[in-house]
Amino acid sequence: MAGPINWFVQVASITKFGLLSIPQRRGAVAATIIGIAGVVAVLVGVLSIAVGFKRAMEVSASPDTAIVLRSGADSEMVSGLGRDETRVIADAPGVARTSRGALTSAELFVIIDLPKRSTGTDANVPLRGVEASALQVRDNVKIIDGRMFEPGKNEVIAGAGAHREFKGLDVGQTLKVGRNEWKVTGVFSANGGVAESEIWTDAHVLQEAYRRGDSYQSVYAKLNSPGDFQKFKDSLTSNPQLNVRVERQTDFYNAQSETITRLITTLGVLIASLMALGAIFGALNTMYSAVASRTREIATLRALGFGRSAILVSLMIESLALALVGGTLGAIAAYFAFNGLQTSTMNFQSFAQVTFAFRVTPELLVRGVIWAAVIGLIGGIFPAIRACRLQIAAALREL
Amino acid sequence: MKFLHLIWRNLMRKKLRTSLTLLSIVVAFILFGFLCAIRQALVGGVEVAGRDRLIVRDKVSIINLLPVTYKQKMERIPGVELATHQTWFGGHYQDTRNFFMQNPVEPEDFFKVHPEISLPKEQMKAWLETRTGAVVGRKSAEKYNWKIGDKVPILTPIWPHSDGDQTWTFDIVGIYDSTDKRTDTTPLFFRYDYFDETRPNWGKGQVGWYTVKIKDPSQAVKVAAAIDSEFENSPNETKTEPEGAFVQAWASQIGDITLIVEAILAAVFFTLLLVTGNAMAQAVRERTGELGVLKAIGFSNGQMLGMVLAESLLMAVLAGSLGLGLAWMMISRGDPTGGLLPMFVFPVTDLVIGFGIAALLGFASGIFPAVQAMRLRVADALRRM
Amino acid sequence: MFGVMSDSNFLVQIKGVDKMFHRGSEDISVLRDLNLNVRPGEFLALMGPSGSGKSTLLNLIGGLDQPTHGTVSIGGENVATMPSRQLAAWRARHVGFVFQLYNLLPTLTAERNVELPLLLTHLSRAERRKHVEAALGVVGLSHRTRHYTRTLSGGEQQRVGIARAIVTDPTLLLCDEPTGDLDRKAGDEILALLRALNGQGKTIIMVTHDPHASHSATRTIYLNKGQISDTMPE
Repeated sequence: MAGPINWFVQVASITKFGLLSIPQRRGAVAATIIGIAGVVAVLVGVLSIAVGFKRAMEVSASPDTAIVLRSGADSEMVSGLGRDETRVIADAPGVARTSRGALTSAELFVIIDLPKRSTGTDANVPLRGVEASALQVRDNVKIIDGRMFEPGKNEVIAGAGAHREFKGLDVGQTLKVGRNEWKVTGVFSANGGVAESEIWTDAHVLQEAYRRGDSYQSVYAKLNSPGDFQKFKDSLTSNPQLNVRVERQTDFYNAQSETITRLITTLGVLIASLMALGAIFGALNTMYSAVASRTREIATLRALGFGRSAILVSLMIESLALALVGGTLGAIAAYFAFNGLQTSTMNFQSFAQVTFAFRVTPELLVRGVIWAAVIGLIGGIFPAIRACRLQIAAALREL
Repeated sequence: MKFLHLIWRNLMRKKLRTSLTLLSIVVAFILFGFLCAIRQALVGGVEVAGRDRLIVRDKVSIINLLPVTYKQKMERIPGVELATHQTWFGGHYQDTRNFFMQNPVEPEDFFKVHPEISLPKEQMKAWLETRTGAVVGRKSAEKYNWKIGDKVPILTPIWPHSDGDQTWTFDIVGIYDSTDKRTDTTPLFFRYDYFDETRPNWGKGQVGWYTVKIKDPSQAVKVAAAIDSEFENSPNETKTEPEGAFVQAWASQIGDITLIVEAILAAVFFTLLLVTGNAMAQAVRERTGELGVLKAIGFSNGQMLGMVLAESLLMAVLAGSLGLGLAWMMISRGDPTGGLLPMFVFPVTDLVIGFGIAALLGFASGIFPAVQAMRLRVADALRRM
Repeated sequence: MFGVMSDSNFLVQIKGVDKMFHRGSEDISVLRDLNLNVRPGEFLALMGPSGSGKSTLLNLIGGLDQPTHGTVSIGGENVATMPSRQLAAWRARHVGFVFQLYNLLPTLTAERNVELPLLLTHLSRAERRKHVEAALGVVGLSHRTRHYTRTLSGGEQQRVGIARAIVTDPTLLLCDEPTGDLDRKAGDEILALLRALNGQGKTIIMVTHDPHASHSATRTIYLNKGQISDTMPE
């Protein structure tokens, strides 16, 4: 008799018996599957917050766009640049140019309070002043409703995220902030990126409204190519008139999201680990009682000549199968419940709201299912070993 | 109770199963503890907010500054006891990731308005005598290993010296502690007068926001309205609200943390209920014969119900208490995120709620099997033994 | 014996008892218009083929079940219509059961098993201890009190069962095939024990299918198709 083939047949038949006995144990089996599904759903759900947030920060960043801030500033809010400085920056080598001039946008922003649609309570929203070339510098920004604001006027365009989260930003509405009134002329999208959480207007108008004189906080520059970054940076940092910090937009946004991403990931993994531990105990419970209730059956199989390893493997397969069912259910549930769920939170580093969506990526789903598999394997190995160690004679006698 | 031995022995019937169920419960309650601590860290500031304090800030934008002269004007308003101010300094120590507040304040007024932090008298005296002096909270002092006498350089991009230098060096003259574990002791405070002299002309005479101590907490809303109307139509209009409301609005911007935490807990405990309920149901099913014997001997229906219920309650409360205790110990070890959270404690109220949940779990998982045990027909049960 | 005796002399009086069981849509009549009297101090053996209703009759006497019609009077109290809470208390006080499969709790030691009925009384721990020791002494198991039941032989387990049945000094001892699962030798020891208890005045009603066992009794009656007779049916 061909040894290995026989072995597979053994494993297959034992596993079949095992799975067929599930209806008798449906309470325990259901508990395990739901437990594991819950673990995977929570893990995927919580981590999808971090993924979504990070993506919002990164997606609008291009490798050929640079940000210039005052040296030492770790966010735009604490940075400050004068008009002269912005002119020097615009003239630096590597900056893309059109017939109308350099593709740079000197920007500044203030934080205003707007009521949230969901709760009615106020939240911080960035009101950013940009230059005329902004739409070309930030090249994934598109007007999706209404029109761009006119320079020199108290007009604003609202990001799609801000429009969704806050009241009063529909096209045609007027925003009253302090003594100023701003007319909403349009809504823009930015690929889901962080710019969508903001409201934009003409930088000069904003400076006047908030008595900022001629100062800005940052300069966004579109470079000829990503390779020109070093040239651009070097010319600015070696210039004695300037005291600046130059970053690629991608790197900068990455750093901006770091704190929150780290916080959410740490907490998410902590929570999911505890849940996984609980699920392992649950799985062990189920499998131990499965083995216990089938003691005589297993002993009979062994008396008939079924091998130890075949029994071990089939029990592991059974445990793994249950866990994978639970894991898949949890992953699917997480996907439908969370993917694309719009929300917003406060970015500690800028005190402003960032709108983003939960994002359940394939990588997360796979990770969740792997966790489930690990739980199933650990939950199955010990009971399976016990089943193999059974003294056949004693087990056959057991009533 | 004389039945305790019987109940205990019933739990010990299948040691392995009982242990595993117990462990599941323990883990669930450890998780409960951590989630409560996380929730407290993110939204718990509301509870420590002073009920007799108002926050006054620029109406248009929180990042706009207010004149320092407002202090006198506010203290003339009826109901106001004392007004003190702080300003956002925005610096960091060595690494931008080392985040904590460093605010210039009026030393004595500030501590008067915030009685939840305390500074030894000699240290306050030293502070008043040292222009460049600063006091730091116990938490930051421990994190960065600062002692009295140390010189600490803070780099801030917002407030350069008049000569352009962005680094400010402070002398640590005191370490303050909090009387309440939930109060944040990470901030560093230094003297406003030093701040005002040293900063550039364009910033002088302005402060970030005021904290106003009022005489009667029940008058909070009235006094707030009075303050705002005082500065209406001036170049810097104010928005005044009770400190609790301010913190609450801030917290709600973080997102609905409470909702998320509660959702996770609901999922966890639902699953746990399934697991424990199943374990109890199995235990009762296996013991039909034994239960029949007890009934034959003369145990009443009520006693049968009580015994099974007591069994599940005992397991849930024991395991739950163990879990809560372990959570308490682990949380006391400190913030698992390494400083990203302002505080990390297991609130006592939540601990008590935890015990309640354990009892509820024991009841809910035991009630159906208990009723089944109660309804057992003796003759049938004995036949099945 | 259906002799002419005054009612007050009977410990157990069963009059006109019917017992019907519902199996799905069928109604099965197990006992029909049954009458039986038992005097105090009797050792009665109930015999009959399987399905004759003898265990059912025992359950009715013991208050484990109630008849469809009729009265079951024990010591003057009619248990046929007693509400269940009262019935439980009544059983605790008046009846001791001995089962074919011993029905001991495997999670408890011998002495804890015997103690069980006493948990329903108001006796203190010390007092309960005394009664348990006495009962185990009577059945000859004083040396095995701390043992778990799975370490005891069949005969020893049944003796623990008897000790449990007598520990509250009940009015009646009801035995359902007490020797059914034992070999001849162990069975004889149990029967000797029962005879000894009967000698001390205990009223015992025993269901058995073993004619040898019925020889220990002072009276034997036969149950067939729900009816009683004094003689063995053909």
